Amino acid sequence: MTTLSEAARPGAAPEPADATEAPVRGLWRQGLVVFCENRLALVGLGLFILLAGLCFLGPVFYHTDQVHTDLTAVHLAPGEQGHPLGTDGVGYDQLGRLMLGGQTSIIVGLAAGILATAVGTIWGAVAGFVGGWADAAMMRVVDAMMSIPSLFLFMLLAAIVTPSVPMLIVIIGAFAWLGPARLVRGEALTLRSREYVQAMRGMGGTGGRAVRRHIVPNAIGTVIVNATFQVADAILYVAYLSFLGLGVPPPAANWGGMLSDGLADTYSGHWWLLYPPGIAIILIVLAFNFIGDGLRDAFEVRLRRR
Amino acid sequence: MSESTEPRVRQHPTGGERAAVQPLLELRDLDTDIALRRGTVHALDGVSLQVMPGETLGVVGESGSGKTMTALSIMGLLPQGGRVTGGQILFEGRDLRSLAPDEVRRIRGVRMGMVFQDPLTSLNPTMRIGYQVAEPLRVHEGAGKAEARERAIEILRRVGMPRPDRIVDNYPHELSGGMRQRVAIAMALVCSPRLLIADEPTTALDVTTQRQILELIDDLREEFGMAVILVTHDLGVIAGRADRVAVMYAGRVVETAATGELFRSPRHRYTEALMEALPESAVREAGEHARLYSIPGLPPDLSRPLTGCRFAPRCRHVTDECRSTDVGLSGGEHQFACLHPVSGTPAGPVTVPTPVLVEPVPAEPAPVRVDPAAAPVLSVRNLVKNYAAHGRGLLRRTAGQVSAVADVSFEVAPGETFGLVGESGCGKSTVGRLAVGLERPSAGQILLDGTDLAGLAGRERRRMHRQVQLMFQDSYAAMNPRMRVDAILAEPLEIQKVGDGAARRARIADLLDQVGLSRRVLERYPHEFSGGQLQRIGLARSLALQPRLIVGDEPVSALDVSIQAQVLNLMRDLQRELGLAYVFISHDLSVVDYMADRIGVMYLGKLVEVGPAREVVRAARHPYTQALIDAVPSVTPNATAARDGVTIRGELPSALNPPTGCRFRTRCPLAQEICETEPPLAGDRHQVACHFPLRPESVPAPAGTGAAA
Repeated sequence: MTTLSEAARPGAAPEPADATEAPVRGLWRQGLVVFCENRLALVGLGLFILLAGLCFLGPVFYHTDQVHTDLTAVHLAPGEQGHPLGTDGVGYDQLGRLMLGGQTSIIVGLAAGILATAVGTIWGAVAGFVGGWADAAMMRVVDAMMSIPSLFLFMLLAAIVTPSVPMLIVIIGAFAWLGPARLVRGEALTLRSREYVQAMRGMGGTGGRAVRRHIVPNAIGTVIVNATFQVADAILYVAYLSFLGLGVPPPAANWGGMLSDGLADTYSGHWWLLYPPGIAIILIVLAFNFIGDGLRDAFEVRLRRR
Repeated sequence: MSESTEPRVRQHPTGGERAAVQPLLELRDLDTDIALRRGTVHALDGVSLQVMPGETLGVVGESGSGKTMTALSIMGLLPQGGRVTGGQILFEGRDLRSLAPDEVRRIRGVRMGMVFQDPLTSLNPTMRIGYQVAEPLRVHEGAGKAEARERAIEILRRVGMPRPDRIVDNYPHELSGGMRQRVAIAMALVCSPRLLIADEPTTALDVTTQRQILELIDDLREEFGMAVILVTHDLGVIAGRADRVAVMYAGRVVETAATGELFRSPRHRYTEALMEALPESAVREAGEHARLYSIPGLPPDLSRPLTGCRFAPRCRHVTDECRSTDVGLSGGEHQFACLHPVSGTPAGPVTVPTPVLVEPVPAEPAPVRVDPAAAPVLSVRNLVKNYAAHGRGLLRRTAGQVSAVADVSFEVAPGETFGLVGESGCGKSTVGRLAVGLERPSAGQILLDGTDLAGLAGRERRRMHRQVQLMFQDSYAAMNPRMRVDAILAEPLEIQKVGDGAARRARIADLLDQVGLSRRVLERYPHEFSGGQLQRIGLARSLALQPRLIVGDEPVSALDVSIQAQVLNLMRDLQRELGLAYVFISHDLSVVDYMADRIGVMYLGKLVEVGPAREVVRAARHPYTQALIDAVPSVTPNATAARDGVTIRGELPSALNPPTGCRFRTRCPLAQEICETEPPLAGDRHQVACHFPLRPESVPAPAGTGAAA
């Protein structure tokens, strides 16, 4: 028994039996272990890699013409004339289109999600740290923006500007930062009053050090977890917008727009135009949600007391 | 067992009579497992207990001993993953494990009642008191609305609630902690159970409230004729209240006996060690400043297979046999599971030094004598701290002031320990936070080495922080969970720009030696440590800047008795080595009595009594101090009965509108009209702020038992 040898060593102070026996592992490593224990998170990660690989690497091996329409080959069923997923109403190869559309969806989703998280984090953090009057003013801005129906805002913006990939990113990002802003402000408020921040102040430390060494490292987990959910939401937003006809114009494509087009063919029996983009959207959103859940566990378990 | 030495006369069967009576509850070889992510914890291993009708059984043990799991197993309230895997729970002769679930639910609901530790979390905040209290009636007896209300009022009256007909319509947040615990007890009693299980019922309460609640449980036990299982970590609580005691360690009952018998002559080596680790017994047996016996090491990990006596790794009297032989409880009235028990005759202080105990301690009677003439390290003058209380509504206008600290003055000499005691809300922690500069006073001065804190800014203020450091109650909360121990210990040095990297590393190594931790802890994170180890790390961090004063805010309150002794000894040793002064803030009088040279007693923001520790505790002059002392449960079984001093009733008044004059007068048994004017803190060495001090100041002994006596 190791506890015994610890305690019986003459002159030795009482020693941790459990803490010194286990191999030393950094917090990141421990988090990784927990993340890997979560089956769903691994499934999510795998799904994401698979879909991203399909969309970005697929076109290298599977060449299709996604610029010129081919009216001699419209509505071909899967398998006909060398089109594994058939063709759509203007003769584009459906599989190739799925890859192209996926690129837009994933790029816009990731970029908008990250943009929203970054803006929201900075806004919320400043409000939370500074507090008082600035906090009140900044959070009322958030409240005011939240009270505007998002759909209305989207339609208005889409009517004013020409939809393009960068524009979609900005529009979605400009709206989605409100959630993270609230979250991070709350986090900053609680972290500011933590005892370890007080202990640091008792040593003579300043506010800058509190933010750098204590508040940011402890808030980062929440922010990263939230970012994954933001990406999932952004991908859905792209789909909504495109579904409403506010997405990128052809010949560019994205999954939401493809879904919208496919809907017109529901009663013609052209199922291959409807299911592939729909399933792709569901899978990628699920993937990000699973990853987010896994990350949350990973960040939390590192801090759990025995 | 002799009835004459029992503090209270009981009307229930004892001794030989017991055999004839069927136990109300009997546990036979109960095993409970809890499945966790990292494996299965065998929380209980062959626990056997008996509870006779009408008796109080005390179950005592440190955290992780299985005392709460025993209670939860009986009630069927085990946490997720918990399961009773073996043995029997016989209630009135029937095994709860083999009865139909409906029947068991009825028995547990009607025939048993349970009171939990925290009355705030055990009551539903969205339900009115009356509804919650009567809920068991509606569920188990199908009582109607009017009848339920009627009976709720009745039971609330019986647990001593003032104006029960009004209280039934209140919500839990409108009541104080003590009142909430009364509600929780009323809830447990409303179906007139035969057995009441109280799991740490007073741990979250102040001592004066604790006394009221314990007396209430005692009275109700007799009134209802029920049996009580009192689960607690506090030996003092058990000593005054229980008929029999079961001591638990690492999931097993290691000793069980009649209360008087157990406290007079414990047989198991663990029980013995536990009692020696109490500050109270050190003060009583060896006089002031004796070293506490601390049990080395930590309790075993119950998720691993264990052989032999579970206390063996920490025991002074361990032999090879202990490690290999599983010892069962001996027979008879006084049962214990120990191969080398304490001899049957009442033993004096154990004088068997074994290698385990040897620590590099200088000869004991060499305490740093405090020089009363030296300039004080800390001097607090007319300190006032008010917090603005905000009203409701949009504009949150300032509705008044909460007077947290009102005109407090005291001094701490170099190398001295100044104890600050009082109940929660008395302002003692605020004084500590003001002293280390975490908050700014509303009025008054705090002088560190003669320099006023308020006058400092920038660099000077930063340097001032080197002089005084704070030690927290919960070191885990006071450490950034994402920083390794090396970064945590380096932080004060970095902030104060002391030395370069190599010098800091050397200093950290020294600090670890001083607090008795190995270098290996440096790469670990706070969550990997136990409470006692965290407190050592916290102490090391406080010492990093070589301060002259450490303010400890309840530094040992969250620790088990054996671990508490380790930390207190360490604090003592460091004081002697480094000439530190401490402001030791605690609600626990026995700990402060053990640690402090002088004690200040606070009540509702006021310092009501200051004097040498011995005198304040043995010859209190303020009625509040006396009441506080009388309320502290003692392990000397008949100490509680012998006292007939001041008992206070009621609750602490609000600090928002504190009573004028003497703030204690609303609860003071001696209060008269003159108490509406404020009494000054008068006296020479032993000062008291009271118009009717209980006794005159004792004349200083000619031997010069100065401020340190």
